[in-house]
Amino acid sequence: MKPRTLYEKIWDAHVVAQEPDTPAILYIDLHLVHEVTSPQAFQGLRERELSVRRPDKTMATIDHSVPTFPAERLARPITLQDIRDAQAAQQVAQLEANAAAFGVPLLGLDSPSRGIVHVIGPELGLTQPGMTIVCGDSHTSTHGAFGALAFGIGTSEVEHVLAIQSLLQTRSKTMNVRFDGRLRPGVTAKDMILALIAEIGIGGGTGHVIEYSGEAIRALSMEGRMTICNMTIEAGARAGMVAPDDTTFEYLHGRPYAPKGKAWDEAVSRWQKLPTDDGAKFDAEVVIDAGKLEPMITYGTNPSMGIPITAPVPDPAELADPTQRSSVEKALRYMDLQPGKPLLSHPVDVVFIGSCTNSRIEDLRAAAQIVHGRKVAAGVRMLVVPGSEQVRRQAEAEGLDRVFKDAGAEWRTAGCSMCIAMNGDRLEPGQYAVSTNNRNFEGRQGKGGRTMLASPLTAAASAVTGVVTDPRTLI
Amino acid sequence: MEPFKTLRSKVVTLLINDIDTDQIIPARYLKATDKIGMGDHLFADWRYRPDGSPNPGFVLNRPEMQGREILLAGDNFGCGSSREHAPWALVGYGFRAVISTSFADIFRNNALKNGLLPVVVSADAHQELVADLKHDPAGEVAINLAAQTITFPGGRTERFPIDSFSKHCLLEGVDQLGYLQSWLPRIKAYEAEHPAPVQTTARSR
Repeated sequence: MKPRTLYEKIWDAHVVAQEPDTPAILYIDLHLVHEVTSPQAFQGLRERELSVRRPDKTMATIDHSVPTFPAERLARPITLQDIRDAQAAQQVAQLEANAAAFGVPLLGLDSPSRGIVHVIGPELGLTQPGMTIVCGDSHTSTHGAFGALAFGIGTSEVEHVLAIQSLLQTRSKTMNVRFDGRLRPGVTAKDMILALIAEIGIGGGTGHVIEYSGEAIRALSMEGRMTICNMTIEAGARAGMVAPDDTTFEYLHGRPYAPKGKAWDEAVSRWQKLPTDDGAKFDAEVVIDAGKLEPMITYGTNPSMGIPITAPVPDPAELADPTQRSSVEKALRYMDLQPGKPLLSHPVDVVFIGSCTNSRIEDLRAAAQIVHGRKVAAGVRMLVVPGSEQVRRQAEAEGLDRVFKDAGAEWRTAGCSMCIAMNGDRLEPGQYAVSTNNRNFEGRQGKGGRTMLASPLTAAASAVTGVVTDPRTLI
Repeated sequence: MEPFKTLRSKVVTLLINDIDTDQIIPARYLKATDKIGMGDHLFADWRYRPDGSPNPGFVLNRPEMQGREILLAGDNFGCGSSREHAPWALVGYGFRAVISTSFADIFRNNALKNGLLPVVVSADAHQELVADLKHDPAGEVAINLAAQTITFPGGRTERFPIDSFSKHCLLEGVDQLGYLQSWLPRIKAYEAEHPAPVQTTARSR
């Protein structure tokens, strides 16, 4: 048999049928649902008098429009009455009603497992190697860290999967991104992915599924791999993937939905056959020397506008391509930043640790390591928002909440929070944030807000100094 | 879905690269549970001033732009989130086609399911169309989906790519779910041969 890539193996195993000149019918193993991109899909089912065909392959949760609260003020689970934004409350109530009416399991407001959809899938062991996973959310690419094929879909497609558990899909091109060498201290998975997006551009992965390989990827924890796969969509690629290995299996073993006993051993031997075969061909290859990377930070209004933290902000006048020049000019106007000057020492108003990119236990530990024994600088608001209630409990068991609260940071309940600013957590116009989320688009974190994307280490370092800070100076 | 066969319209020009879905429709408008009124929120942060009044400097607010059904954008239109609210907003406003040199994958898929035609042209053709419209801002562009052609005000005709299945769905005004449903027996057979890796209903909380 012809050598195949990880992507091709999963693709081949899930094609139900394909007619000439028509997309393939791809079977979906797991459909994750949240309150924002599902109401119109359930409505579509009602209009067509259809049911949810496989509720046993569907899992719903509430994350985007739910407010977060200071954790110490809320000793009980959130209720619908706690959501003061009437429209958000209605959206949440709608998902509760839809889940009940269609028999879809829901990790609702009162569930101890509630959290950001891309945090809880892996945490519960729902995300497993070799699966096809979709969700009405572009950051579904996160789940590819387990060697699954996982991608975001629109609401029409959410309706398709609810109705028939399959999707019409065309095969993507493949790109291998190899990170050679080892990261230096203070440099993280977030810096790797920001460096890649800066190199290939915000549309550099369009039409492709990226597989990450190389020594630096193998050395990463599952949390780090999830951060990288999560932001793969920011380079335009449909999905990111990492071949499963012992790190993957160790993470999954014993999780609630992971196979048990004999089924576990059988699953592992199946999963071990997934990695890309020797000699398999990719449509594109990119190699990055991880040993040369520095902490990265963005200066502009899309995730490809990133620079090593010690580097100056690019001068548009020095860019040869006129469209690129005008993009950078527009971004610098919005960000109100001077070309040619480094971002280091630029004042910061808000630091946000959270989002499906960087809200897992390892991210919180990294931030706490910097904050420990220090204070959040005067005038800076620091929010720490765990990705799930489970992450919150674990962090509290480890005493991380105390570290953050003692420093003067806000320790909040789980949710998408300030990554999407549709739940009450948002920047004010003109504010600068160093943020661990995934998008620095204009207004993403609040109308007029200015986002600099960085790692949890860099964000925490900037919180305690009050200015953009190289975390290597504080470790 | 209304069939899409041909379209002839003047053009709204918004020559910004990498227009992301947060610009097309900011997240605070995603709390709706229906599709009604999305067109009012199209490009909201560019289109309206902080007090909610129209920003006279933004192209959509110019009187001569009203009723135009084609949007000409910069490269890589629709990057970012998977929100189908983006094509709902564009269609709700009245656009039926967007022209760019490239589209983000999820946006393109979402657009095609809502009768919004993403027209990909080469960088060279894009430049020529921009020049044509500079010369004649009221010039009309003609799109013929069956022939997969776009004709510029200056007369240049280009062929644009679209997969034959999406083209068929647009021309007939049918959605894809019906086609998927016709494969139900095969989907069931697939399920019989492939045990589910996880069962979400196996554990309640």
